[in-house]
Amino acid sequence: MEYILMIIGAVLVNNIILVQFLGICPFLGVSSKVNTALGMGVAVIFVMALATLVTSTLQKFVLLPLGITYLQTIVFILVIAALVQMVEIMLKKLSPSLYQALGVYLPLITTNCAVLGIAIKVTEQEIITGHGFNILDSTLYSVAIAIGFTLAIVIFAGIREQLELVEIPKGMKGVPIALITAGILAMAFMGFANLV
Amino acid sequence: MSKLKILTKGFFKENPSLILVLGTCPTLAVTTSVNNALGMGAATTFVLLMSNILISALKNVIPDKVRIPCYIVIIATFVSMIDLLIQGFVPALSASLGVFIPLIVVNCIVLGRAEAFANKNSVGDSALDGLGMGVGFTISLVLIAMVREILGAGSFMGHAFIPSDYNILIFVLAPGAFLVFGFIMALVRHLVNKIEEKRKAKCCVK
Repeated sequence: MEYILMIIGAVLVNNIILVQFLGICPFLGVSSKVNTALGMGVAVIFVMALATLVTSTLQKFVLLPLGITYLQTIVFILVIAALVQMVEIMLKKLSPSLYQALGVYLPLITTNCAVLGIAIKVTEQEIITGHGFNILDSTLYSVAIAIGFTLAIVIFAGIREQLELVEIPKGMKGVPIALITAGILAMAFMGFANLV
Repeated sequence: MSKLKILTKGFFKENPSLILVLGTCPTLAVTTSVNNALGMGAATTFVLLMSNILISALKNVIPDKVRIPCYIVIIATFVSMIDLLIQGFVPALSASLGVFIPLIVVNCIVLGRAEAFANKNSVGDSALDGLGMGVGFTISLVLIAMVREILGAGSFMGHAFIPSDYNILIFVLAPGAFLVFGFIMALVRHLVNKIEEKRKAKCCVK
């Protein structure tokens, strides 16, 4: 039961984009079509799960025992950057079809603050189930968060496809109207606020 | 380009968050109050300035193929430094900015300036560019934070002057961030377009 609550909380109540403001760059950049948005979402789920698994393992077995948690930021960003490169190379060899679908999005994810942000967040608070820091819970939480990311970006892309057809003032075109749309979407997500 | 222009282009014409749309995550997240915006702006300016100086000083040493990882290590070092300094000296600010201080590492403004400016220009010019971009970022943060704090919390830099019955709570919550950022960006773009049009009209009259 507490895992179901955790997943609902991560996907809807604490939606990473609309409530926590992480990963806004891909949210605005790769959301003009539903298909590309879905591709980006799947790539984020994949990378975020892998990255959180590796970084929380490192946190538990290397950084905490040696007492060097102040190196966290440097270690995590390097690990994530290397991991994304490695995944890209491996996908190219092992599964060309998956690479074709996800390949273009992978380099973009390295500079996606959502991945680093969640990797840091799961280590520092007992946000998850109240058990404290634990590798399995962290990874599950990161998958749920990434599903929330996919949900938000796909809904948003659907709205933006329709927005293309509407006449709007020149200064509003592009990013400003997208931000205002996102604001209204965030209002809708506020309805979930006391769900869990 | 004159030295003054390098410094001032980040303020308005190439403002990193309002015109170039870089670093949107901190712009949305920390602008709930003017104090937070100033703190975040100062931290980012420090990182931009120091990383621009170091990267442009090392530009002949860093091999071209591995330059991005090298830049990330340099930036992450300064971010860790400022993170520890803020934790030590201004714990209240550290608590309210939270995860967004370490996330300066993945702020596209910092890496963007390193790649677009610091690895081609002299140390002095890069320092000016970093400072200008940092100040421009701070200006836009404070602008957004001002609107949100006055409308949402009825205060300015923590001093309340509107009774709490008349506050519009939505502006300090998540949707308000998107709305205010969107409207301010539209306004700034409109003004920039107007200025460009005027300039064009002037040149054609000649």
